[in-house]
Amino acid sequence: MEDIITLDFGSGGKKTSQLIEEVIVPAFSNDTLNSLMDGAILNGYKKIAFSTDSFVISPYFFPGGDIGKLAVCGTVNDILMCGAIPKYLSLSFILEEGFKIEDLKVIVNSIKEMADVCNVKIVTGDTKVVEKGKGDGIYINTSGIGFIEVESYGKDKIEDGDVVIVTGSVGDHGIAVMSARNNFFVDSSIKSDCMPLINLANIIFKYGDKVKIMRDPTRGGLATTLNEFVEGTSFSIELFEDKIPIRKEVLAACEVLGIDPLYSANEGKIVLIVAKDIAQALLSDIKNLPEGKEAAIIGNVTSSYKGVVVLKTGIGGSRILNKLTGAQLPRIC
Amino acid sequence: MQLKFNDYKSISDIVEFIKNYSKKNIKIMEICGTHTMSIAKSGIRSILPNNVKLISGPGCPVCVTAITRIDEILSLVQNKDIIITTFGDMLKVPGSVDRMSLSTLKSMGAKVEIVYSAMDALTIAEKNPDYEVVFLGIGFETTAPGTAIAIKEAKAKNIKNFSVFSLHKFVEPALRALLNSDDFDVDAFICPGHVSAILGIKGFEFLAKEYKKPSVITGFEPEDIIVAIYKIIMQFEKNFAIIENEYLRVVTYEGNKIAQDVMNEVFEPVDDIWRGIGLIPKSGMGIRGYYSEYDAVKKFNIKLDYQEKTTVCKCGEVIKGMLQPNECPLFAKVCSPENPVGPCMVSSEGACAAYYKYLRI
Amino acid sequence: MCLAVPLRIVEIDGNEALAELDGVKMKVRIDLIKDLKVGDYVYVHAGFAINKLDEKLAKENIELIKEVANAAKVQRL
Repeated sequence: MEDIITLDFGSGGKKTSQLIEEVIVPAFSNDTLNSLMDGAILNGYKKIAFSTDSFVISPYFFPGGDIGKLAVCGTVNDILMCGAIPKYLSLSFILEEGFKIEDLKVIVNSIKEMADVCNVKIVTGDTKVVEKGKGDGIYINTSGIGFIEVESYGKDKIEDGDVVIVTGSVGDHGIAVMSARNNFFVDSSIKSDCMPLINLANIIFKYGDKVKIMRDPTRGGLATTLNEFVEGTSFSIELFEDKIPIRKEVLAACEVLGIDPLYSANEGKIVLIVAKDIAQALLSDIKNLPEGKEAAIIGNVTSSYKGVVVLKTGIGGSRILNKLTGAQLPRIC
Repeated sequence: MQLKFNDYKSISDIVEFIKNYSKKNIKIMEICGTHTMSIAKSGIRSILPNNVKLISGPGCPVCVTAITRIDEILSLVQNKDIIITTFGDMLKVPGSVDRMSLSTLKSMGAKVEIVYSAMDALTIAEKNPDYEVVFLGIGFETTAPGTAIAIKEAKAKNIKNFSVFSLHKFVEPALRALLNSDDFDVDAFICPGHVSAILGIKGFEFLAKEYKKPSVITGFEPEDIIVAIYKIIMQFEKNFAIIENEYLRVVTYEGNKIAQDVMNEVFEPVDDIWRGIGLIPKSGMGIRGYYSEYDAVKKFNIKLDYQEKTTVCKCGEVIKGMLQPNECPLFAKVCSPENPVGPCMVSSEGACAAYYKYLRI
Repeated sequence: MCLAVPLRIVEIDGNEALAELDGVKMKVRIDLIKDLKVGDYVYVHAGFAINKLDEKLAKENIELIKEVANAAKVQRL
């Protein structure tokens, strides 16, 4: 591994996993941490899910949201993915000297609005300021606690014949932020899909252990998340390219920049692996929600290969869909 | 206007034909890296029978950039008064020392900006008058006209802090160098659709006329490439060797004369080294004397090395079609997309990167 | 070696144009194309339009692919 942190370590792909597995986890190793779920499930009066996330997004105002909205949705969604209902958040700011208080007010307001929508309380927090040049405007950390509804999610529950469902179009957030950061496009209609997944999760919880695992495919996109589901197992996922919902403006922007939407982040979608016998019923329930109307069955679990994701392409060919290796960059070739 | 061909069901007839074709052994070289990428993305390799082989050619500008040029770029970056502007493709290509790349130097504080267009690089120069802005001009005849326009505009606007390190190359000399070598064993060519948009069909007819190789110019959608493979098989069956154009919507016989003229106005053929092939006379695009104040090589006194550095990386043999990526001893062991040794693995359109994505089924 | 995407011209201003595809709009340079009108389609590579799309030729391209598909079907029978 290199000596210095490069941006690739933050991309959510293989290098991030490497940093976590080789440098961070070994220092703190315990059973709960080692399972590397989106949140930790802890004993207590009722089983608790506990999750943390830091937000460094630039620009901090982007089409479809801002860093405040993301800070609440990000942690709320991670707790939901553990099978828990989020209840309390901590909120920490690291502000760079010179950051406009007007902007902070807008962000704080977004946090308040989103917390109300999610029915979570901000119960503790912290604020620090660093010298000009030592931060990027604003960094936010949120940590959250929720109470477990469904205890059974895990990679070990995946079986041959299980079905892969995604609750909506993929790639929106990543390309929206990349476009906003670099001003590639003019008046772009590409918005981040940043939103809380509470309504979707509540529907999914009703299906109990028929749902094997779920995750919101954030950094690294759909492809990386699906790889995380099967790597190290004796199963593979067969994915159908023409079934994956992608908005046409997302596809267009990705084509112009040479970006693959399957690796572009989402902040308002869930990908889940479910038992075959309830897949259609669950899909119908999801599609009844406004946020789920583009939901689709996009693949299935097989034991034909081990630990890989295989994409069946539109022309009937196939290829391995790897995990994201480093950050995607716009290209001309 | 209907831009996308949506009828994949009818494509399946062509796919089935190709899958079941077993009469002759055919080695087809796809010259262009973007074709390598499209082929990988659409899973076309997985539908080919064993007797039809696709070989990735030298049309990947990142892959053919000699390692010594990367080192020259990286030394330029060390100058604190310079902002390097580059297409994203070049960012992670390792040089010869410690696998350092523009990306690693950027992490260490060097000023490296990714741009989508040469004009963006010029804009950065206008907005940063206290810095020298160097644009890395990579690419073939599709990209060079854009760089030429940027240089002309810089001169017209009298912008003094802008220059171009031209790594642009001509495709034809490299193809001739390969075809003239004894160990080159390719039967047919899939020709680059967008270079052909600029050069015209006439730019590639030499492959059929002089070297008697069946050649098809095609686009980048899966159906375009599948049709090209079918047409090559048909030519082979009939013992034809002609140049065909599948990419009717983009490519004409004459090509884009305005683009050809502006490219020739600003650039002239110079000797250049190609990774894995070596020195090819008159294959590089040097900036002509009239525009020499925009030539970064002259401005910063860059000593261009024309000797290729030897490395264990076998990218050179891969782009000549002599080695399939999985035959390289480093492939998937030491060399992988997250730890690339050479440009064929770094570049998303490099043969090795594309192969990595399809092979491991 | 060349990623290029078809876009529709919506506005022209000298050497620059605004081009659009499926709701995505971007500025492109049109120095390399002559006689461009609003409504025309161009292929854009690295911020430059490299050719103008002719509707007739676009249709012919689709016909070509269909013809090959038919021929392939016949070959297999």
